[in-house]
Amino acid sequence: MSDYIEGIMDTECEVIDPVEVKEEMIVRYPTKVARKRAKQIVLNRIGEEGEVPPIQANVRTIPGIITQRGCCYAGCKGVVLGPTRDIVNITHGPIGCGFYSWLTRRNQTDADASPDGHNFMPYCFSTDMQEGEIIFGGEKKLKQAIQEAYDIFKPKAIAVFSTCPVGLIGDDVHSTAREMKKKLGINVFGFSCEGYKGVSQSAGHHIANNGIFTHVVGTDDTVGAGEYRMNLLGEYNIGGDAFEIERIFEKCGMTLVSTFSGNSSIDGFANSHTADLNLIMCHRSINYVAEMMEKKFGIPWLKINFIGAEATAKSLRKIAAYYGDQKLMDRVEAVIEEEMLPVKAAQREVRPRTAGKRAMLFVGGSRAHHYQELFSEMGMETVSAGYEFGHRDDYEGRKVLPSIKIDADSRNIEELEIHPDPERYRPRKRPEEIEKLKAAGLGVADYEGMMPEMKEGVMIIDDISQYETDKLIEIYKPDIFCAGIKEKYAVQKHGIPLKQLHSYDYGGPYAGFAGAVNFYKEIDRMVNSKIWGYIRAPWKEHPELSGSYAFES
Amino acid sequence: MLLRHTTAAVAERSALTVNPAKTCQPIGAMYAALGLNGCLPHSHGSQGCCAYHRSTLTRHYKEPVMAGTSSFTEGASVFGGQANLVQAINNMFTIYEPEVIAVHTTCLSETIGDDLPQIISKARDDGKIPARKFVIHANTPSYVGTHVTGYANMAKAMVDYFAEKNGVRSRAVNIVPGFVEPSDMAEIRRIAGEMGITPILFPDTSNVLNGPLTGKFAMYPEGGVTVSELTRSGSSKATVALGRLAAGPAARAMDVKCKVPCHILDLPVGLKKTDEFVDVLRQLAGVQVPDSLEVERGQLLDVISDMHQYLHGVKVGIVGDPDQLIALTDFLVSVDMIPVHIVTGTPGKKFEKRIREIVKDVPHRVNVSAGGDMFLFHQWVKNEPVDLMIGNTYLKYIARDEDIPLLRYGFPILDRVGHSYFPTVGYRGGIRLLEKILDALLDRKDRDSPESGFELVM
Repeated sequence: MSDYIEGIMDTECEVIDPVEVKEEMIVRYPTKVARKRAKQIVLNRIGEEGEVPPIQANVRTIPGIITQRGCCYAGCKGVVLGPTRDIVNITHGPIGCGFYSWLTRRNQTDADASPDGHNFMPYCFSTDMQEGEIIFGGEKKLKQAIQEAYDIFKPKAIAVFSTCPVGLIGDDVHSTAREMKKKLGINVFGFSCEGYKGVSQSAGHHIANNGIFTHVVGTDDTVGAGEYRMNLLGEYNIGGDAFEIERIFEKCGMTLVSTFSGNSSIDGFANSHTADLNLIMCHRSINYVAEMMEKKFGIPWLKINFIGAEATAKSLRKIAAYYGDQKLMDRVEAVIEEEMLPVKAAQREVRPRTAGKRAMLFVGGSRAHHYQELFSEMGMETVSAGYEFGHRDDYEGRKVLPSIKIDADSRNIEELEIHPDPERYRPRKRPEEIEKLKAAGLGVADYEGMMPEMKEGVMIIDDISQYETDKLIEIYKPDIFCAGIKEKYAVQKHGIPLKQLHSYDYGGPYAGFAGAVNFYKEIDRMVNSKIWGYIRAPWKEHPELSGSYAFES
Repeated sequence: MLLRHTTAAVAERSALTVNPAKTCQPIGAMYAALGLNGCLPHSHGSQGCCAYHRSTLTRHYKEPVMAGTSSFTEGASVFGGQANLVQAINNMFTIYEPEVIAVHTTCLSETIGDDLPQIISKARDDGKIPARKFVIHANTPSYVGTHVTGYANMAKAMVDYFAEKNGVRSRAVNIVPGFVEPSDMAEIRRIAGEMGITPILFPDTSNVLNGPLTGKFAMYPEGGVTVSELTRSGSSKATVALGRLAAGPAARAMDVKCKVPCHILDLPVGLKKTDEFVDVLRQLAGVQVPDSLEVERGQLLDVISDMHQYLHGVKVGIVGDPDQLIALTDFLVSVDMIPVHIVTGTPGKKFEKRIREIVKDVPHRVNVSAGGDMFLFHQWVKNEPVDLMIGNTYLKYIARDEDIPLLRYGFPILDRVGHSYFPTVGYRGGIRLLEKILDALLDRKDRDSPESGFELVM
């Protein structure tokens, strides 16, 4: 066992050697598969300068390995554009893709927040392509579908999402969208987010970011009222997270111009360039928009995290420090003090039951990192974690960006060339101010990644397979496993609770202060449930036969 | 309002589907493949298809749903998916050790024209398929038919790949259930068992997608038809298909391939359709209908007669798959309920004809659409309200907006349990359906009746 590895104790107090675990995990794999997976399974080690070992990420999934990952379309239509209530999102393709992404991500929205009250989220729109369109082309049907959507629903905007066959048969959704935009006089735009693009949902996020940036951001120069005007990026309002964050901002006197894209309206995107700061929640899915807005409009961005009460407090302080306004700083401190009271009380309540329990998180592109905050607030330890579709910078921090090799799959995803907008570019901070903020540790335009914040010796696994999941569970017997719906019941058959961190198991919110309290209670319920104790029937405990003779009674 | 943009005015649409009452073929193929013992389904396409199907099936069953994917990238989409599939087959047999891999295609692999038999034989030639292990396939292009077609195609693939005629007719009877719940498949087997028949039932997802919590995850649960049963099925004396659309093709293929005569029936939902099933089984096996089934039948009839006053004249709107809708409509009509709006997303000319036949004596105009969607259904409901709706979970948005009680029935049910444990087929299933219908109607009556007219006994 390597000397730097801190042994992790399992329930029988045996020391688990992660080096051996890794060996055991890949020994069954065919040679080439084992070689590839070995680069995606890394034991964490933190160097003197905070550097961590490289991990292979954002690479092709091995066919047949049973992955958690989805596709480009899911990342574009499902994740990024799905939570916006007032765009009619038409899936151009056979019926399945539109059907499966219909209401399944639990994005909540406040439909009455916009004056027009538009809300198309409970609707699924599809061109339902048939064989004829596959053979002769689907543009005509798409055009007609856009017309019908306009005639019936009168939306402000219509977006078109391409599925696999659309790219293959060569339908030009962009020119169709342009034509219909001209004809209808509303914003119509398309996304080439065919499922086969890239290696995971991540490609779809990038394509969605590019599309929104090109077609919507900066189209409305109205500057709204309010101080400390910010955008929140990469927050998708699962289970009402955005509502809680909005509540906190309001209490702090901060003004939210737009959220990309939880509880959002396309109107917010359109004038989001009037904000003075971009806050990034999910670095993976949305950092592209932040970077492009910085280049084009001069808006700096900060990586923040509202998952975890301490993380929320820290993020609020970062925002206040960015504005450097004493009034705001004082107000933020007052809010934190008030909000932390019930949080601390909830922590005191659950910690005797949760401290020392062990969690594993394999999910998303930032959640596997963010949720460690909540677990540590409960005294729980994260013994292994990994992303479903993260890139190396999400693991190792943005400092590795220059060293990431661009492979063929990434090269296929367009990288927009952005220049400062001649009229709208307005640097919100002077370069020396930015340097000062950076020196103060504010992390402007930076993300340190998950690994530097994790313990040494823990296993980091990218794009975990079902086989590796089973092995981890057999060997470590964690107290809770966090992943998604596809993993949930297989893990629970083992008698170990699984918390879904995509859909929150239909609970939440878990963001902010109120969310943290919800999460403590939920995890306490799960890791201390007596249900798992019922698995063995009483007759299995005492299998001996007993009987009595009739004369005894 | 949840569906706030839906108005009563029915606009003509020729290109836009809104709120579909169907999904695509591959998910049906994946579900059917899970009804084969020791089988790992495999989706030959982009990995999103597989993720979506596994997620939807998991949400419906709250059980593990394991399946592989060929994980197409742009390169594979251009050069063909052979390398991906051969590699996937090798990986799955090496890592997960299934008995059978059941591959279904997707719109992607169909559009580029991947030749599955050729790829499978390449995998065999390359030594990627271990001895006594199998790879089967079904073509399931998402742009043809629906999830029901996909189920039918995979059930048929089981016949195409495994059924053998050995020259001697056995006394066995094959039963092909349509796209129904694991509980329904178990109930169909039980009914046959009551009659002294041990059927070869395929696909059979009972004990697969309604498994117990044991503290151990079994990649391949105990249930499912075995390869050896399927091999023998070619020598059975007859095949009974339950559900023309979902089960018919497999039964007909068995007839063509192994000359096993097929009897294609409707799903045994409700009194009359269960009678048909039992009567056909009786004749095929040359047995008497046992008293136990007569009692069950009598019990169903008893419930109908006891509660007829609450059923008579109740207007119902139903959305679902053709096989289910035909049998359900027959049941509703048989108890004097009035199916007013009937919508399936699965296109088919025969469907409307059959429904029209069933409702011909119903004293009310009946709206029927094959290839319709829930948006149209909702508009119909707005134009003529109903007392009860029956269909999948997506109907709950309409149910809430229009304040109409909803009975969850069909696929998918994402927000309730029970369907995978308690059948709706057979006489007992009929009692359960009535129980659910009456619960919905009478709960509503209890909620809405004035205090002066509130009833203790109903």
